[in-house]
Amino acid sequence: MSVLKQFRVALAVVLIAVGGLVGAQGNLEINTPAISALQQSMQKRHAQLEPLYTSGAVGLASDGNVSLRDASGVPLAQRGQVNALIAAENADRAALYREIARANGHPEWEADVRKTFAQRWMDRARAGWWVQGPGGWTQKQ
Amino acid sequence: MNRSAAWAALAAAVIATSGCVTINIYFPAAAAEQAADRIIDEVWQLREGAAAQARPNGEAK
Repeated sequence: MSVLKQFRVALAVVLIAVGGLVGAQGNLEINTPAISALQQSMQKRHAQLEPLYTSGAVGLASDGNVSLRDASGVPLAQRGQVNALIAAENADRAALYREIARANGHPEWEADVRKTFAQRWMDRARAGWWVQGPGGWTQKQ
Repeated sequence: MNRSAAWAALAAAVIATSGCVTINIYFPAAAAEQAADRIIDEVWQLREGAAAQARPNGEAK
């Protein structure tokens, strides 16, 4: 009888543990101050990046970064500024991927987070923007 | 007999627990895609009220 009771207790503990872990599975935490700050910084920068996506000077790279694709359309005097924008955006993106992995208790997920974002940035890019497919740069239709 | 029942319970607990740990180590690709979309909506301002739309989904377990 007591063994049966023990068994039931063990079963209850197991079920509670399983329930808790499954619950933790459903969603990724992105509501942290660090992630919100990065998001805002990127949102602000987007106003400057958007015309560069549209002109094709900057494209969405397959590694989750933005990349200078064709500098010929950028006046020489502005190239430094464009490069600085790209560098700042890529720094924010790297921090974002790292923070999401960390906020969810798995810093080792950073590369997977980056891969997921790379795909989603490209999938959701507007028509006319340039994305880096496996065969090189293509313009979104 | 009693002893074997206890061992069975212990074995079940160990198997179930190790199963959970394994599940939790896997990268949750679908959840990551949803999270990415929510952030992209914000950064690119793709939808009016994008955050409000994404939240009910996000809270689902």
